[in-house]
Amino acid sequence: MSKKEKSVLRAVVAFAVLFAFAPVANAMHIMEGYLPVSFCIAWGVVCLPFLAAGMISMKKKLKENQRIITLIAMSGAFVFVISSLKIPSVTGSCSHMTGTGLGAILLGPASVSVLGLIVLLFQAILLAHGGLTTLGANTFSMAVAGPFVTFGIYKLCEKCKVNKKLSVFLAACLGDLFTYCVTSLQLSLAYPSEVGGVAASAVKFLGVFAPTQLPLAVIEGILTVIIVIALETYAQPELKAVGFLKEAK
Amino acid sequence: MSKNAKTVFILLVVTLLIAFVPLFALKDAQFGGSDDAGTVMVEEIHGEYEPWAAPVLEKLLGGELPGEVESMLFCVQTGIGVGVIAFVMGRFVERKKWTSGDNS
Repeated sequence: MSKKEKSVLRAVVAFAVLFAFAPVANAMHIMEGYLPVSFCIAWGVVCLPFLAAGMISMKKKLKENQRIITLIAMSGAFVFVISSLKIPSVTGSCSHMTGTGLGAILLGPASVSVLGLIVLLFQAILLAHGGLTTLGANTFSMAVAGPFVTFGIYKLCEKCKVNKKLSVFLAACLGDLFTYCVTSLQLSLAYPSEVGGVAASAVKFLGVFAPTQLPLAVIEGILTVIIVIALETYAQPELKAVGFLKEAK
Repeated sequence: MSKNAKTVFILLVVTLLIAFVPLFALKDAQFGGSDDAGTVMVEEIHGEYEPWAAPVLEKLLGGELPGEVESMLFCVQTGIGVGVIAFVMGRFVERKKWTSGDNS
């Protein structure tokens, strides 16, 4: 281990702290009370099986190997940090990232849904960000749909033998974007446009979210790659335990 | 290993650029949230819309959360996350140092 690596680690931490002071504004998530009751309940019900599967898969993994608790903690903390950083974007408005990509790649998509729910609860109750009534819908977009896409893309890249860093980047980046596509779709299902219905409405919402989110998705991809590099350097036993690194490398 | 360090450094610089260039490039932009933009869009499509529920904290406070307090809570969130990451990474780094001998 070199001095350089130590300073890189320090830089990463300092960087993360620095970003905590980015301009604060309301961004992302469907706001409290902005979805009709029936939609709130429906999205909540859709999430339940994923959350249950997540709990079961996490318990099973922990039983197999107690040590991966550190990776679970890391993934959860990553979501905490990343989703609290509101970053100015090219469209002149702020938005933040989801951070669920890391967990999806390391632990599998189901486990992340539980971690995402914790963060969303924190934000809904304390920060008036998102909301308790829209919790189901937000959980679905951020903690279910996004991670599943991330996981799918990562596996696909693995099959096609794409460079590992590149595939982590692509997976996290596209998963983040997909979260916003789902949010747009959820809003447009609840508010179909008078002319053109759901599709026209979806295009409108996407028009709001997509340009803002694009650069942020890139940042999310990059940060996820950085964390993965750090973990690959220092936490090989854990990564092997969750199957991220193959035993004989 | 130093190759990784270089990659990390370059990636961090790129990230900083992406994050801060808009701030300087668009001087007169508001940098409000895209949530608010979403809300405006709802009203455009649906007509006047009255949210049927208010955030719990706003109900308890009987008003909006003060901006300073909100940023404090956001920092708490970040702090919890960074704390956990730093703690776990610190342990990993030390472990590697002690298990692979002193080759730094």
